Order: sequence, then structure tokens, then C-alpha cells
Amino acid sequence: MLPAHPTSPLVAWSAIAFVAALAIAGEVLIASAMRKIGDLDLVRARHGLLGATRTVLASPTFLAGALCMALNFFAMLYTLSRVDLSLAAPGIASFNYVGNAVAARLFLREDVDRRRWLAVLFVAVGVFLLAR
Amino acid sequence: MLHSGSPKAMTHKLTPKQYGTLLAVVFTASFGDALLSRGMAQVGPVDFHHLSLLLHALLNLNVVCGIVLLIGFFATYTAALSWADLTFVMPATAFGNVLIALIARFWLHEPISLSRWLGILLITSAVGFVANRPARTSLEINPELPITESGVAV
Repeated sequence: MLPAHPTSPLVAWSAIAFVAALAIAGEVLIASAMRKIGDLDLVRARHGLLGATRTVLASPTFLAGALCMALNFFAMLYTLSRVDLSLAAPGIASFNYVGNAVAARLFLREDVDRRRWLAVLFVAVGVFLLAR
Repeated sequence: MLHSGSPKAMTHKLTPKQYGTLLAVVFTASFGDALLSRGMAQVGPVDFHHLSLLLHALLNLNVVCGIVLLIGFFATYTAALSWADLTFVMPATAFGNVLIALIARFWLHEPISLSRWLGILLITSAVGFVANRPARTSLEINPELPITESGVAV
């Protein structure tokens, strides 16, 4: 359901797709950076909290991911101002879950087995049903 | 125990602290999004000709509280991704959607339709699919990276 102010379905779904694309890019870049850095608890135990923070912030991949997430945040604000949360949140989340699974398999080389694909699909469908 | 051999053997069991991190991801994301939505409803619609309104939104208390929670989300999410796969963290933290629906039903006394209960059932099942399964996997192992007891290459 769209809010009282007029927003065409094309604009609404374009905004939703754009927010999801930025989120997928950001999350995959951050996941890639954290995978290279390793368990933050171990890094913190070895170098302290400041050292761990410095290690994370020194990663260009992490910074690129954080930039995508920052853009995602403002795109999200714009979308929420024009599209009802009940449509925007599940729409973005559903695109996000499926897109992230595909991207994780392709770019992060994660072993997305049948159980994980099922989990992703169940969440995507479940989130959509929650919005009805 | 060092893991070697099959690339799919990179796994580790979560500690209570790591479960706590996943719970923190769930709570901060759910309540952060809810506060942002409430704040933006107060700010009103933003169009391309008045994008500066987005900066004005940063003065709204609900938006500010939402941002604080989402910073917490970002920190805990980043920490989770340092020891778990993206495709593990996503379904494991999807329970936040259920949390919001349950708050709406039992705290705000909103009715929950049959399709919503079905959605809750599906998401809960999805969490069950990844629970007690490997948190970290890889189709390939970089032989130059030593693998720690927790299964994480450092």
C-alpha cells in the first residue's frame, strides 16, 4: 500500500531496487574485508580495541563498503519518505536476501549449500508474507 | 583443532558471546528501522527538488535515536561478518522481522493475519536451517593463510 501522497509504483519499486542494490554492494564489500581481516575478537585480543578499529578502517574494501552503506542510508530515508514502510521494508529485505546470497556465492566464494538457499528463500517469502 | 583437507571444512561452533552479537544485530536493526520510519513519517515526504530535507531529518529525535541504534547495528554486524559468512548472518538475524511482528501483536495489540503467521513460521524455519550449522565456509582456501582453531584465516 502506498502512502497518501502520490508515488507511482515505478518510482516506488525503482527506489526499493536502488536501496537494495546499494545494500548488497555494501554488505558484500564489508563481508569481503572482514573475511580478509579475520576474527575481530582475535585481532582485538592481539592489538587492543584501537588496533582492531585501525585495522578495519585501514581496509579500502571496508571503506568502499561503508560508503555504499552510507549512500544506502540516505537512499533509505528518501524511500521511506515516499513509500510506506510496510512495502519498502519487506521489498528491500526480500531483494536483499536473494541478491546477497547470489553475490556471496559469486564474489565471496561462500559455500551456499541447499540449506542456506532454502533459508534465504524462506526468509524472502516470509518477509513478504509479513507485509501483507 | 586445525581444519584442513576439504575446503568445506572451515567451520566453527559459536560461543555464547557470538550468539549475543547476533542477538544485538537483531535488536538494533529492528528498533533502529522502526525509529527511522517513525521519524521520517514526522518529517514528511522528500522529493528530488528538496533533498536538503534529508539533512533536516537529522534534527528529528526519532531519526537521531534510529541512527544511534543503526550505528550499533553496523558495529555488531561487522563483528559478526568477521567470523561468519554473509549467508549465515543474514538468515540468523532475520528473526528481527518476527520480533517486530510479535511486538505489534502483543504490545501494540495489532491483529496478525494468517499470512503473517505463515511468514513468521517461514522465517523461524529459515533460522532453524542455519542454526548449529557451519558459520564460516569457503569453496577455496588460500594456502598462504594460517587457519586458527576457530576456523578463521588470519
